[in-house]
Amino acid sequence: MGWLDRAASDTQVTHRQRLWLYALAALVLAFLVIPTLIVIPMSFSGSQYLEFPPREWSLRWYRNYLGSASWMQATATSFAAATLTTLLATPLGTLAAYGLFVSRLRAARAIHALMLMPIIVPVILVAIGVFYAYVKLKLVNSLAGIVLAHSMLATPLVIMIVTAALKSYDMNQEMVARSLGASRARAFVGITLPQIRFGVISAALLAFLTSFDEVILALFIAGGSNSTLTRNMFNALRDQIDPTIAAISTLMIVVTTLLLLLSQRYGNSRRG
Amino acid sequence: MNIELHAGGLRRDERRERLVLLGLSAPALLLVGVTMIAPVAWLFGLSFLSDTGEWSLEHYRRMIEQPSYGRTFVTTFKVSLLTTAICIGAGYPLAYLLSQLPRRAANLCMIAVLLPFWTSLLVRTYAWLVLLQRRGLINDWGMRLGWWDEPLALVHNLTGTLIGMVHIMLPFLVLPLLNAMRAIDADLLKAAANLGASPARAFRSVFLPLSLPGLAAGTLIVFILCLGFYVTPAVLGGGKVIMVSNHIANDIELFFNWGAASALGAVLLVLTMLLLWCATKLLRFEKLFGGAH
Amino acid sequence: MQRQAVPIAARGLRKHYGAVRALDDVDLDVQAGEFLTLLGPSGSGKTTLLMVLAGFIRPDQGSLRFGSDEVIRLAPHKRDIGMVFQNYALFPHMDVAGNIAYPLRLRGVAGNELTARVDKALQTVQLAGYSARRIDELSGGQRQRVALARAIVFEPRIVLMDEPLSALDKQLRERMQIELRHLHEQLGTTTIYVTHDQREALTMSDRIAVIHGGRIQQLDTPRHLYERPRNRFVAEFIGESSLLVVEVAGERCLCDGQTLRLAQAAATGAAVLMLRPERLQVLAHGAALADGLNHLQARVVDLVYQGDSFLLQAQLANGSTINARGIAGTAALAALPQPGETACLAFGIDDTVLLADAAP
Repeated sequence: MGWLDRAASDTQVTHRQRLWLYALAALVLAFLVIPTLIVIPMSFSGSQYLEFPPREWSLRWYRNYLGSASWMQATATSFAAATLTTLLATPLGTLAAYGLFVSRLRAARAIHALMLMPIIVPVILVAIGVFYAYVKLKLVNSLAGIVLAHSMLATPLVIMIVTAALKSYDMNQEMVARSLGASRARAFVGITLPQIRFGVISAALLAFLTSFDEVILALFIAGGSNSTLTRNMFNALRDQIDPTIAAISTLMIVVTTLLLLLSQRYGNSRRG
Repeated sequence: MNIELHAGGLRRDERRERLVLLGLSAPALLLVGVTMIAPVAWLFGLSFLSDTGEWSLEHYRRMIEQPSYGRTFVTTFKVSLLTTAICIGAGYPLAYLLSQLPRRAANLCMIAVLLPFWTSLLVRTYAWLVLLQRRGLINDWGMRLGWWDEPLALVHNLTGTLIGMVHIMLPFLVLPLLNAMRAIDADLLKAAANLGASPARAFRSVFLPLSLPGLAAGTLIVFILCLGFYVTPAVLGGGKVIMVSNHIANDIELFFNWGAASALGAVLLVLTMLLLWCATKLLRFEKLFGGAH
Repeated sequence: MQRQAVPIAARGLRKHYGAVRALDDVDLDVQAGEFLTLLGPSGSGKTTLLMVLAGFIRPDQGSLRFGSDEVIRLAPHKRDIGMVFQNYALFPHMDVAGNIAYPLRLRGVAGNELTARVDKALQTVQLAGYSARRIDELSGGQRQRVALARAIVFEPRIVLMDEPLSALDKQLRERMQIELRHLHEQLGTTTIYVTHDQREALTMSDRIAVIHGGRIQQLDTPRHLYERPRNRFVAEFIGESSLLVVEVAGERCLCDGQTLRLAQAAATGAAVLMLRPERLQVLAHGAALADGLNHLQARVVDLVYQGDSFLLQAQLANGSTINARGIAGTAALAALPQPGETACLAFGIDDTVLLADAAP
């Protein structure tokens, strides 16, 4: 255990003196990670009460999920809503981020602040406000209504991420492209966009997840035949602890991880 | 011969270009304006209308008179403050360690911090439900190891809610705090050591003050998020932990009381905005002072 | 196939940012095929002027003609200009050929003609065979050449360069200056070059426009700028100079009580005299005063050995300082007066220059 007495920092604190810090940090990290991960093996538990380690391994909850019409319907709705939200929020947000970034008007900063409102205002308020408006407009429990509301939540996030990507991008290249004969639009599409694509893809991913994971708005405006996965899960949680949810949760974790990996692979600029 | 200097034309060109650029953000603005700003503004106005449609403050009066609202506010602040405090206690040491680790080790740990972000809120809340219930993992193992005899009531109460909230809020504190800590010049600590300060003293007098702006930012973010939170208290509180957002939802779902809900919502909105405004003022202030030491 | 070079005529270019006059009603005439440098310190307005020429900054008012076309209201991509930036701004997601082909593609050139013209451009900048290289594999000098090739491959009528060599180290920079000069002679395109380095400007330009405070202080050939600066700013910005206040009377002037002959008669009254250090000859002790030369007696304050040259700092009785430079040969050094002694500085009548404007 010789390393314990070696210096851990520039101020010559040893590892031994820092053991308590390592222990505490390890505990906190375990606290953060374990609950999420432990759902995965527990979802394969055969008994009604999820246990760890599972006494018997079984796929019954997965079969339950895949065989249930209502769960499948909800899953389809969630995927559809998330996909449509991504398709709407990403272009809208990217264009807005670009327009506000290159605009030299003072109004641009005010508009930018306004666009970030959906992130700042507590979702419950937005939810009941949208609910009432949708009741009037007969958009409750409609896919279009869900997509509009989710896009409203996702667009500010897209704007934030794309703006950050633009800030670390060399705008001179667009200027050069324009001097060489490209209109602003052509320069943006051909030169700027390919280089901020990692940001745009991350933003699209976040838009997808925002919609897919969204609970509160769904509770109010996503019901009936257009009920989302999250809404069904939430209601199930309040009534009784259905182990099927463990299976669904695992699948959601897998989907999220897959999307993350995909975005890393296709979003990163090629090397060498 | 007078050469035309195109002043008017150039001015028009400039204005047109600016409008086109702003126009790119018009669709997004329209979306946000129609689906959020309009409804929320309407909600705000609704709180001032009595049930018969006249201007009145009856909803606000009811909030002050009925004790349930007072309880809700107390619960909300209690949960928010406790969550924030626990986050600071658990998050500061973690952030400190991460800031001191070499990059590769730190990045590895960062995955652990960011993992909750990428996992659905519902999944995380559900995980805690499973872990904390009477026949859940923690009680199961606790009793097996002989730590306690009766299953502890860890969920459907304040305890469960707090555990769930801390789990969700911790990354929100750690990230800005870590950023601020990484920005602290390592040379300053070396200089302090050089001048004779013990590591503990150097930490207290140099590192801690410089990390305060980041801590303040993280704390405010966490607190503001806690105020408006819904899902975790609803699921892990078992109906016994009623925060402002739960109360609003109940008013609508159970009582169809739009007036009451909108008044409560208006208070939440104003409170959130006020805190944010304080945050922007305070943080700029802090940056000035934090750097001066 | 060489395109016909075009002249540039700018009138009344004005750009105010609140109280700041970035461009103060600037007029500029550039001859067809000329290499003109905009020279000035940072904040002088030279980059603003270049950007107005390119179309990226819209002036408050003014007229701009490329040849016979009024372009002041044209968008940048319609002005048919080639631009080279200080940081090259090459497109990292394309290889060398892709970068150079970009403007050609925009103009509808494709296939064999495209490849041929890209290769020709690469040859012109001496990077033949580099087509398939990636941008991050290139050195600074190579990147600059690719940027150049990209700017000229479509034969623009005007080329603009914004301090393209400042990011290069000294040796490479000097080599590139000469190469750019040769390139210009080869292509014959009207070229506007921006720099803050006066040496660079003197080396490369047909004419130089010295810019300060949003105004062109002097537009002249390098030699005239150096030998006949119009005002204090130009005199001090280009080369070293000693500026002395003198009293003029016809063909003579009085400096510190000593009489000097002028090349031409000038207006009577106070004026500023400019002397270039290398044009001053330090006479040895007791050497005869040559005919046809002006002389000034001054007290030596400091003598600095600088390897290949020496710097002699002298002071007149009225307190003004004069600097003289000379080659540090052994004999010359031995004959120099020492600090505290009196030095006699001789210079030609033609080198006795009065500034046209006393104030910059």
